[in-house]
Amino acid sequence: MFIEAWDYLAGHQTQFLAALWRHVALSASALGIAAAIAVPLGVRLADARGTALVAINAANIGRTLPSLAVLALVMPIMGTGFAPSLFALTLLALPPILINTYTAIRQVDPDIVDAARGMGMTALEMVRKVKLPIALPVIFAGIRTAAVQVVSGAVLAAYIGGGGLGDFITAGIAMMALPQLMVGAIPATLLSLGTDALFGWIQRALTPAGLRTR
Amino acid sequence: MKWLINHWEDVLIALGEHVTIALTALVIATAISLPIGIWAAKNDRVYRVALAVSGFLYTIPTLAFLALLIPVVGLGKTNAIICMVAFSLMILIRNVATGIREVPEEVTDAARGMGMHPAEVLIRVELPLALPVIVAGLRIAAVTVISVTVVGAYVNAGGLGTLIFSGMSNDFAPKIWTGAIAACALAVAADLSLARLESRLKARTA
Repeated sequence: MFIEAWDYLAGHQTQFLAALWRHVALSASALGIAAAIAVPLGVRLADARGTALVAINAANIGRTLPSLAVLALVMPIMGTGFAPSLFALTLLALPPILINTYTAIRQVDPDIVDAARGMGMTALEMVRKVKLPIALPVIFAGIRTAAVQVVSGAVLAAYIGGGGLGDFITAGIAMMALPQLMVGAIPATLLSLGTDALFGWIQRALTPAGLRTR
Repeated sequence: MKWLINHWEDVLIALGEHVTIALTALVIATAISLPIGIWAAKNDRVYRVALAVSGFLYTIPTLAFLALLIPVVGLGKTNAIICMVAFSLMILIRNVATGIREVPEEVTDAARGMGMHPAEVLIRVELPLALPVIVAGLRIAAVTVISVTVVGAYVNAGGLGTLIFSGMSNDFAPKIWTGAIAACALAVAADLSLARLESRLKARTA
């Protein structure tokens, strides 16, 4: 079966590379947009208690929603294709990043913030030079969770015409063509594992040596 | 809306199926995770190996996992349930082990001093005190399993995903809406009710 899968892959190289590229592009854009929204939002929310409660609760609910349900809900509104998939995946990536950013910024020792204020830093400087660097490992842990979720979710995007490696899987299941199915499923698994490993490595690199566990 | 009024029975059947599959997976996953978690709590090496293996399984994309199981077990409920059990292991094992490890040593020492057998210490002291953390894991696992069940419909496991997929292939939005919203509601309901149980248990053990 694996030999047949290899033959199928060799015969459909351009198609495969296009799907792989689309998968990565879709995931990376969704993650990038989500981080660009959620990190600044999380930083702002950390200083705004009332709104924060609402936003964090909403994010916690958002986190529990099934990925496929979210993708499916977008379809009747936005139709199929790259844009609806990107939108749905961005929605899925927001909650973990937002929750981690908010929590991490809130956990920065108030004495340190006080000291920064005493040194005459402006609010923006405190965020940039003090709060963000301290919170970075935890924020990045959220980005890592979101990244794996997005790569995984992007497989499901095949259902709403998002393309990517899921196309091989859905077509493989529909026609019960196992080699084709493997050509989608195995690279998707490797991509997800690779993403987790890569982001884990960056996360470690961002953590000050003294704070590393294991 | 009209479709929902005429087909509410189908929706209820799908919902019932969804809950049954998810619960089955959760029960099996707990039955596997509990002994492994207990063992892992006492043994660092077991902990590392168990988390590495289950963490690996947890990272595999849902649809890819279901697809990879097809050559082994074919289509159907078994396929989806194996996938869900595999996804829940990491969370459950981790929380069982963490929960037991967080029991203060003075407490287990006292229990031993009272002449309790190690098995008694485990059943009467450690597990009850670890319960809030175990339920916290169960909560995440429940949400995960409900989410995977939606995709499981694609390998003919049944459940609410069936409505979504049939709505998609017939381009019939009401079916998609119903399936997707019901699945979301189920996940949120499971999350909230287990969260309540968790905080109640926490209040009791604190």
